[in-house]
Amino acid sequence: MLKKILTVTAVSAIVATGVSATELNGRGASFPAPVYKAWTSAYNKATGVKVNYTPTGSGDGIKSIIKRSVDFAGSDKPLKPKKLAKHKLYMFPAVVGSIVLAYNIDGVKDGELKLSREAIAAIFSGKAKDWDDPVIAKDNKDLKLPHAPITVAVRADKSGTTFNFTYFLNKIDSSFKVSKKPHWMAPKVVEGKSNSGVTANIKQIKNSIGYIEYSYKLESGLPAAQVQNRAGKFIKPTVASFQDAAKYAKWSKDSDFYAVIGDPDGNTSYPIVAATFILLPAEKADTNKEVVKFFDWAYKNGDKTAADLGYVPLPASTKDEIRKYWKEKGIF
Amino acid sequence: MEKRLLINKIILIASTISALIGLTFLFWILGTLMVKGLATIHWNLFTKDLVQGGIRNLIIGQFIMAFIATVIAVPLGLMAGIYLREYSYNNKLAMIVRNLSDVMMSAPSIVVGVFVYAIYVDKVGHFGGWGGVIALTIMMLPIIVSTTDNMLSLVPKELREAGIALGGSKHKIILQIVLKAAKVGLTTGVLLAFARVVGETAPLLFTSANNQYLTFNLNSQFPSLTVSIYNLATFPDKKSIALAWAASFVLTVLVLIINLTGRYITRNKHK
Amino acid sequence: MIGNMFKRFSLFSAISILLILAGIFVTLYIYASDSIHQFGWHFLTNSIWEVGEDDEGGVFGGLIPITGSILTTAIAMIIAVPIAMGIAVFLTEVAFPWLIKPVSIAIELLAAIPSIIYGMWGLFYFAPIIQKTFGGTGIGLLTASIVLAIMIIPFMSAITKDAMNVVPDVLKESAYAMGATKFEVIKDVIMPYSKRAIIGSVILALGRAIGETMAVAFLLGSIMRFPHKITDPTTSIPVLLANNFSEAQDLELSSMFYLALILFALSFAVISLAKFYFLRKD
Repeated sequence: MLKKILTVTAVSAIVATGVSATELNGRGASFPAPVYKAWTSAYNKATGVKVNYTPTGSGDGIKSIIKRSVDFAGSDKPLKPKKLAKHKLYMFPAVVGSIVLAYNIDGVKDGELKLSREAIAAIFSGKAKDWDDPVIAKDNKDLKLPHAPITVAVRADKSGTTFNFTYFLNKIDSSFKVSKKPHWMAPKVVEGKSNSGVTANIKQIKNSIGYIEYSYKLESGLPAAQVQNRAGKFIKPTVASFQDAAKYAKWSKDSDFYAVIGDPDGNTSYPIVAATFILLPAEKADTNKEVVKFFDWAYKNGDKTAADLGYVPLPASTKDEIRKYWKEKGIF
Repeated sequence: MEKRLLINKIILIASTISALIGLTFLFWILGTLMVKGLATIHWNLFTKDLVQGGIRNLIIGQFIMAFIATVIAVPLGLMAGIYLREYSYNNKLAMIVRNLSDVMMSAPSIVVGVFVYAIYVDKVGHFGGWGGVIALTIMMLPIIVSTTDNMLSLVPKELREAGIALGGSKHKIILQIVLKAAKVGLTTGVLLAFARVVGETAPLLFTSANNQYLTFNLNSQFPSLTVSIYNLATFPDKKSIALAWAASFVLTVLVLIINLTGRYITRNKHK
Repeated sequence: MIGNMFKRFSLFSAISILLILAGIFVTLYIYASDSIHQFGWHFLTNSIWEVGEDDEGGVFGGLIPITGSILTTAIAMIIAVPIAMGIAVFLTEVAFPWLIKPVSIAIELLAAIPSIIYGMWGLFYFAPIIQKTFGGTGIGLLTASIVLAIMIIPFMSAITKDAMNVVPDVLKESAYAMGATKFEVIKDVIMPYSKRAIIGSVILALGRAIGETMAVAFLLGSIMRFPHKITDPTTSIPVLLANNFSEAQDLELSSMFYLALILFALSFAVISLAKFYFLRKD
């Protein structure tokens, strides 16, 4: 009996310690997860390198990289250079995405609902409690909005998507606090974990509205609202309108690309776009080189995949700037 | 007279209804699993890893962790059970261990996950299969202790006495006679314990975490079927949810097969 | 010599159980100590859970998750106890003999289904039904408690049945011989005889319910608010740990450990009460 057990232990120990090919573990933002998933799968096919990305939320990603429990982290909230220095991290953007307001209202199809800046603030602050509230209805005269309470779908975790969305809300109405996990004042709130949880909630709950990354809208087929931009125009969420917005990002390698796109100018810009970032532990040069190789490959070969999923690839000039940044840090 | 018969009837009907409610839920849950599982299951799922939309690596990973946990927990739990039944003469220590082991058996599994996060993930600095193994071992150990304790108590005294009469030393009697006599019951206990831990999720969430690829390296994040179900279930797209159902179906079928096998072995013995 | 080593190893194995239990308590306490020093007992009565600027510091109180745990467990018990008792009575006194075996196996299989499966089923099949019947979003206290009840019913009825089966047949038969109805046998013979063990079984099931995580993780809503209606979402200790533990840092992480310690102590106390007082093994 004991002998049998010992043999089994020995065999399983051998099996267990068999070394496998290069493997990189990442964790964090769920906002870019669909495009990372596509990139890692393609990269694995092309090179055999296993990049394992677990979409948990930006808060989880930031914590994991500070604790050094992963090789890289994804975060939609850029960290300020001071904080990067404190925790000895490098940072660069990976791709640009956008946040849409997806809803579930009977009879209101994709892109039909128009939300003014005032209406968005009213919904998320709880000032507008029902869908037929005048602040919403006045821009939607041709729609039959129900007299039903609004359920606001938000994030249960600390989220970079929330950070970027509250950043936008704060530009409309400074009483909103910019935060990864604010206290929502709306009366009916339902929380979901990561972008997918929020999307699933909106899908399941009638008369709900929530903020999700655009690719989750595409995947789930949920309708999304036209949003009034800084110039006062109602803009449909489309890759073209995101690209117009992304032009206003100002990145520089000297500030570790710290920039929040926020609420950009321009008549045709969709107003809620955000870059998502990668965080690296400064002292781990070896794994950093492998991670950087993956992103370099993605910058070269992944633009089409990203665009198909509804993301905006970084402009060529930014990519070059990032490569210079890597070289400066000695990891490229 | 009439009244007491009426009360009797009401109570009996109520208890029958309770049993029906219990059975309804069983068939409802199993039924949905069957319908959803059979609709989503496909041979390709077993040949591809999560990264390509399959569950091969998840099944392998989950079973490797549960298997190694078994390999650690069984000898340890068996020995502890042997101490309780054969060596302790029911002293105070045995009483405490016996009861605390039962208490540990019902400890919240999420707390075990948090504990292993502290002693493993926080110490080595990353998630890893070993963390999952440690957590599952802790979940399994008290079950094995309690099974061994119970099974050895069923072995008739006369067998041990016969062994002593033949001049066998104590450890030989335990290994060669007592354990042999309790073999079937112990095997059942191990299978039931395995079936229980292989379906655990909470102890793995922040210990082994998950891996999209097949790996045998227990020092890296390890693929887990249950953690994947937890992640996939809240995804909004049909593909992920279908995969979650397929994974749930496979998990339940495997768990029930192991569980029934365990029961079947004992039943045959008693015939 | 070998015999001695064997004996020592068996003693060591037995003690390892105690070491692991002590290790869990000590480790949780050490990791929770920052939060314990900062908030002390006030942690139990404070309902604010707010991370400070830039993830550093903050104010943390466990009242909402603690309340959520107590509420979900209490409602689940209210639903589960009568049904589990009914099943146990059915299996010991009511059912035809040929029915007892298959029904008990079925109930025990229900207990063997992994809890994540209950969560899946609850999310996709049960939550929509609750939403239709009771309003709300379908995700909340009621849904979580019912699924939790379904989850503990098989366990509770299995151990209650065992407790009832201990009653010697002679006692029951003589009562029947005197013309007692089945209900009277249950009430006047079985209950008094196995009352202690039945209470123990119920408390044991309660101990399990407090710590159950995966069946409710999807269903309670994991939102830091007190519920005002039974359909409102809230959170509980296991749900908060499952969903937010891995993103917490510093003081918040320490507060998570504090909650884990409270949960562990709570379930330890409840289960010990059941085991040491009602179901004592000697």
